[in-house]
Amino acid sequence: MKIYLKIWRQKDASSKGKIVDYTMDGVEGDMSFLEMLDILNEDLIAKGEVPIEFDHDCREGICGTCSLQINGRPHGPDRLITVCQLHMRSFNDGDTIVIEPFRAKAFPVIKDLIVDRNAFERIQQAGGFISVNTSGRTVDANNIPIRKENADKAFNAAACIGCGACVAACKNASAMLFTSAKVSQFALLPQGRVEAAERVQNMVKQMDLEGFGNCTNTGACEIECPKGISLENIARMNREYLSASIKG
Amino acid sequence: MGILDSKIPSGPLAEKWTKHKNEIDLVNPANKRNIDIIVVGTGLAGGSAAASFAELGYNVKTFCYQDSPRRAHSIAAQGGINASKNYQGDGDSDYRLFYDTVKGGDYRSREANVYRLAEVSGNIIDQCVSQGVPFARDYGGLLDNRSFGGVLVSRTFYAKGQTGQQLLLGAYAAMNRQIHRGKIKSYTRHEMLDLVLVDGKARGIIARNLITGEIERHSAHAVVIASGGYGNLFFLSTYCMGANVMAAWRTHRRGAFFANPCYTQIHPTCIPVSGDHQSKLTLMSESLRNDGRIWVPKNLDDAKAIREGKLKPTQLKEEDRDYYLERRYPAFGNLVPRDVASRAAKERCDAGYGVNKTGEAVYLDFDAAIMRYGSEKALTTGLKDADDAHIRKLGEEVVEAKYGNLFQMYEKIVDENPYKTPMMIYPAVHYTMGGLWVDYNLQTTIPGCYAAGEANFSDHGANRLGASALMQGLADGYFVLPYTIGDFLADDIRTGPIPTDSEEFDKAEKDVLDRINRLMSAKGINSVDYYHKKLGKIMWDKCGMSRNAEGLKDAIKEIAALRKDFWENVKVPGAADDKNQELEKAGRVADFLEIGELFAMDALERNESCGGHFREEYQTPEGEALRDDENFKFVSAWEYKGEPKDAQLHKEKLIYENIEVKTRSYK
Repeated sequence: MKIYLKIWRQKDASSKGKIVDYTMDGVEGDMSFLEMLDILNEDLIAKGEVPIEFDHDCREGICGTCSLQINGRPHGPDRLITVCQLHMRSFNDGDTIVIEPFRAKAFPVIKDLIVDRNAFERIQQAGGFISVNTSGRTVDANNIPIRKENADKAFNAAACIGCGACVAACKNASAMLFTSAKVSQFALLPQGRVEAAERVQNMVKQMDLEGFGNCTNTGACEIECPKGISLENIARMNREYLSASIKG
Repeated sequence: MGILDSKIPSGPLAEKWTKHKNEIDLVNPANKRNIDIIVVGTGLAGGSAAASFAELGYNVKTFCYQDSPRRAHSIAAQGGINASKNYQGDGDSDYRLFYDTVKGGDYRSREANVYRLAEVSGNIIDQCVSQGVPFARDYGGLLDNRSFGGVLVSRTFYAKGQTGQQLLLGAYAAMNRQIHRGKIKSYTRHEMLDLVLVDGKARGIIARNLITGEIERHSAHAVVIASGGYGNLFFLSTYCMGANVMAAWRTHRRGAFFANPCYTQIHPTCIPVSGDHQSKLTLMSESLRNDGRIWVPKNLDDAKAIREGKLKPTQLKEEDRDYYLERRYPAFGNLVPRDVASRAAKERCDAGYGVNKTGEAVYLDFDAAIMRYGSEKALTTGLKDADDAHIRKLGEEVVEAKYGNLFQMYEKIVDENPYKTPMMIYPAVHYTMGGLWVDYNLQTTIPGCYAAGEANFSDHGANRLGASALMQGLADGYFVLPYTIGDFLADDIRTGPIPTDSEEFDKAEKDVLDRINRLMSAKGINSVDYYHKKLGKIMWDKCGMSRNAEGLKDAIKEIAALRKDFWENVKVPGAADDKNQELEKAGRVADFLEIGELFAMDALERNESCGGHFREEYQTPEGEALRDDENFKFVSAWEYKGEPKDAQLHKEKLIYENIEVKTRSYK
């Protein structure tokens, strides 16, 4: 396949970026999208140019590092996968593909396609934990029975990989899906109920401080989420937040 | 030989750890506030250690090359974590977990360490549940278990196919709690480039800020290396792209012995290589072997027809299939340990029975499981007259609930539906049992420098059993290091902060800068990946699933020559004082080019077959590994002496007092 690429290049956080055109020949369907970029980079290195920087690590869809906006969609055209799991068979010979970094005020560009997602870190640090000592001196695990339904729902929320696709997909650059996934996971479990009120208030406060936008229920985040995190979690977080606020 | 003191406490096996905890020195809580610890790596071992140190009151600095501690590759562990809870009442106990692990490691691990691991394993599950880790549960609300290879009980706890993710997020949350309290300072997008020793003790590191390229000095009273394994030296592996040996190798070069470098785990069930563009391999969890049956065609003609696309696997009759694991190992069947399953797959493929285009794949078939689960489901839901198609549909639903995410991953990569046609799998490099040599306290041969998780060598011998890596990482971090590190730090309560403007830091920083300059100023002919791929091919061909003396000797020569070529001709574009992924890779590959040679030397030295180390010269008439306990019942610990070829071998003799050393049999 012959593929025409339009890729965002930006030297560093303070420089202005621009779209640069590249053409790739001999692209195979079995290549992953990132392997296609590897080959492009090898070509650039051979030509004496500086290769394109992009974030990636596990290449199996679980670490949440890769973060490309492909033809305007976070992680590209396929649903329920990250970029590293996207294969070139999803494209056709002669296609033009636009590759940009995730765009959001709270995710400043570091270089080329790499963004700074430390805002997510600070949201987690504000309350994304259960305050239990790590000494192991706790009750036997089976002394906390949990309804399978709740355990499964908590798991589904906990499957968030923190990639930021939800933010990149949202016209408001809202981090509600990300934040609500952690709030929900713990709200659904007896271990997490103890601090549920403080947790939701602290995490939401930090989320607002970081400059993420608000949720206007368009649902783009859920559609683009590679792990299928449900909008239900946002509803649950709103309920938790409201009840925490009323109780003061 | 005398210089290796494993510091194993005296007394009966089951009492050693308790006795040791009672006897080692403690640091009082007020003094802990004056003591700093650096933790390099934030996976299960590093993350859990950092959180635990901080909770005890120490000041902790963590370093990871990723943009968040949550992205460490522990996150990709799929199947589960072992613990001797005996919730299933199937006869499990600490002793049985200990026994299985020592036997699984082919009697090349240290008894006392493994027993301690088994002893704390149950506690890990309690800890994780209290942190909110959502393990799988049954309808009664209690925790569920499944089976893994090499054992006859169900002791594996899991969270779908994402157990590593959930455990790591648990440790990450524990870290976040301490970051929030100001007890951990987390340095992300930072890479450790060297260890700094002051008066022979580990007192700090030199790190590179990967965004700005700045070289930074960080001091502490102790340093913990928890930076994972070195399997990426094979280029293609199930490791993440950034996984590297730099922190461990730099520590080795500063005096820490490196143990058993040749013990590598080749995992039997990975998605086969599809072409030259391949950058990494994807694992299909061992848990699939609970339900999947592994086979190749019985007849060479059928295998050929399948490879040529003239025959489909589903068209092959039952009697024309060779379920070779069930045939060779009736007692354990498809659930033999990984090393055994991998070699058996290679044996069939080498004999011409491989089923993909390159002849390097076997089938993992779920058809029987789908029909079995379907029939059961039909019965329990009162559908007595369900036809085959209906039963199949019900069975597929059950299989999807168990392994849905793995099946989806397979379909995305291979473009085939594994519910309808068997998966194709082939072994791939997955884990390294070797690592920095540590004593019972997890201290390396450098005082004040510790190693945890995959970065150390201690618990898995020559082969790791499935679902034991997560157990070991968390045991080291949550339950071992927090105690043992106090024994060293008790002498440091009056030391005060370690200055970073000392000669030692000056020298270490200069070494790092010189090295970077050398990389940047090489002739610039070939890319870093060019060398990495070449090294990977040498390793896979000559130091892979089976090895022989001749091949290993060639490998040693070839790697040394490749390393020389690399330093002369590598091309690193861009600048050193900038974000530069090629420079990051170059530094890592430079170290792989050193450890690769030591790996081959270690494999050549070990004239026996054990676990993942299979020397063709040493096998039984049936092709099973042939150990030589008389001469090789020891840990190889290599001391750095300059070039890899000059490394000096030290031996730690392994003593088995609580387990009878015998030939490992899974028949």
